[in-house]
Amino acid sequence: MSKTNNETSFFKKLVGQQFFIPILVLLVLVVFNLIADPSFFKIAFGTNNAGNPVLSGSLITILDNGSELAILAIGMTLVTAASGGQDISVGAAVAIAGSTLLRVLCGSNSRPDELQAPIIVAFLVSVVVAMLFGAFNGVLVAYFKIQPMIATLILYTAGRSIAAWINNNELPIVPGETFTYFGGFIPGIPIPTPVFIAIACIIIIALVLKFTNLGLYTQAVGINESASKLNGLNPALIKVASFVILGVCVAVVGLIKVSRISTINYSVVAKDIEMDAILAVALGGNSLAGGKFNMAASIIGAYIIQFLTTTLYKYKVPADALPAYKAVVVIILVVISSPTVKDWFSNLTKKLKVKEVA
Amino acid sequence: MLKKKLATLLAVTMVAASIVGCGGSNGNSAETNNATDTTDESESPAADDSESPAADDSESPAADDSESPADDSASSGGTIKVGIINNDPSESGYRTANDADLKATFSAENGYDASFAYSMKNDEQINAAQKFIQDGVDYLLISAADTSGWDTVLQDAKDNGIHVILFDRTIDASEDLYDASIVSDMAKEGQMAVDWLTEQGLDTYNIIHIQGVMGSAAQVGRTGALQDAVDANDNWNIVVQQTAEWNAEKAQQIVQSVIDSGEEFNVIYAENDDMAKGAVAALDAANISHGVGKDVIIMGFDTNKWALEELLAGNWNYDGQCNPFQSSYISNVIQELEAGNTLSEKTIIMDEKGFDAETITQEDVDTYGI
Repeated sequence: MSKTNNETSFFKKLVGQQFFIPILVLLVLVVFNLIADPSFFKIAFGTNNAGNPVLSGSLITILDNGSELAILAIGMTLVTAASGGQDISVGAAVAIAGSTLLRVLCGSNSRPDELQAPIIVAFLVSVVVAMLFGAFNGVLVAYFKIQPMIATLILYTAGRSIAAWINNNELPIVPGETFTYFGGFIPGIPIPTPVFIAIACIIIIALVLKFTNLGLYTQAVGINESASKLNGLNPALIKVASFVILGVCVAVVGLIKVSRISTINYSVVAKDIEMDAILAVALGGNSLAGGKFNMAASIIGAYIIQFLTTTLYKYKVPADALPAYKAVVVIILVVISSPTVKDWFSNLTKKLKVKEVA
Repeated sequence: MLKKKLATLLAVTMVAASIVGCGGSNGNSAETNNATDTTDESESPAADDSESPAADDSESPAADDSESPADDSASSGGTIKVGIINNDPSESGYRTANDADLKATFSAENGYDASFAYSMKNDEQINAAQKFIQDGVDYLLISAADTSGWDTVLQDAKDNGIHVILFDRTIDASEDLYDASIVSDMAKEGQMAVDWLTEQGLDTYNIIHIQGVMGSAAQVGRTGALQDAVDANDNWNIVVQQTAEWNAEKAQQIVQSVIDSGEEFNVIYAENDDMAKGAVAALDAANISHGVGKDVIIMGFDTNKWALEELLAGNWNYDGQCNPFQSSYISNVIQELEAGNTLSEKTIIMDEKGFDAETITQEDVDTYGI
């Protein structure tokens, strides 16, 4: 009798774990691919056209293309936790950051023969610009108490035009090989650079969360703003900080995106990435109403989305149908995490217990 | 203290950001800005920097043409007032070139008083059209975002005696409602590309077909020709047919997934240059050779200058033109109408070319690159 009780509670614990949903989804995807075509997991070693060694295979593709989303998920998790809302302007902000980067790199000429500024300078300028736009969103949310989705709707609408305006509506092309390293391969290193960039970002945020009070303060503000205020925190400042951190993430993503093709297309770069970033946070089992968060789960959520995308590409699902599949995932997640279903589940387990006792 | 400083800083930041925001949104929304305005003058040379060689070269005959009616009307006292409704120039390189071309032709020097309105949304475009009608323009030039919903506003224009000329895109409305329509024949573009591909005489054609945004005229036309060829020939196979929505990165992922799955292919038919570029990036990473005399044939559309340079370097094989330089055709039409002539045909299809990497010259790149 006590044994069954233990089992139920173990099961309950497992289901209650925040990692349960993301890991479960990941397992489903892995098993599906194993059964359908095990070659999905094959990793090949070869060279690229420049003669440098590269690893290739679907798994590498997932890690490579999932980088941007993982980095954005970091910032989006903090914004969600602190403000209880989401930033829907990240795609447009990526366009702005990328456009700024190109503007500094190429100067006033859209087709320069050589870089007009060191890449690091251009990147730092784009970081500052992205942080300013993050702060803009943050101030609207924190000081003017506008709902995050409405506040960021401004930049969502205007962002891509601002990006185009920064470069006078031209589409600059960055000359030279060096700039392509960030979205491609560094000669001699067979793993795509975005993977390293994502790992670096993950390590940095892990260290920050471990050694500073950022995580604690963010959760405190998200759970109860007035209580955190009474305890001496400044909720507005922390909210703005979360948006500014998201701004940094946006700039890093802008660098990768622009580097992948050495140019930019304002209307399509990072299109709809905000929805994927929000989905990553939700997939990680984080409450979209703010409060407690689990950063690692969000990051896993981001890679799951890329896993899903790559799998669907492999089975030749039309790209314009991808959002529909993602929507199915969202619907299932939202329904599972809704209070009604949770109550129903707990009632069910209670009933089962009663039956067992009887 | 620190907090106060921070708050001030943030407030300043926010104000600065909002100023930037206004600056940016000005250029984009359906607000109309006058081309003769000084701010616009300062914008156009900037846009001209990269575009002018191409625009000017191919425009020079047109510019001559358009000057004559201008002179006529100037002598008869007054400029021709045109309202131009276009998609946002940032949409693509095509649109940037298109806008620069229009601005160059419908200038004050050529005897035009041109106002521009940009939007990629149909309703905003229709509002702009209504505003132009109220302003009493002589000609209304429209590149519609969407094909439907234009009947009422065009009827208004007609009632007010305003000539309507459609360019680049057609609309679903009675032919009586507009004077002329200057368009690209997308199906013909696709057919030219497919004819070229047929001439290559490969034993088998294993094609990765990367489509544009589904339902757009360019996608429908360019897909149709290829689909017909694949249906008609047994040795033409489509390895994958996916939309990358004009997006280079999506194209890269699609081609990457084909490479990862190990399927054979020898042709990439991308419906615009950006997507061809993304596809090539995936090939480069996997050490698959492409271009003239190599393993994979690369085909793109829109003749961006950088794409034609890839052709010149032999990295790509074919690029189809989608002519953005409509202004010469438009000014011809205006000239005819001003002279009181009737047009011989309502729908004017522009001449377009296809470029082969083996025959393209630097001159072509300079003339036709956008």
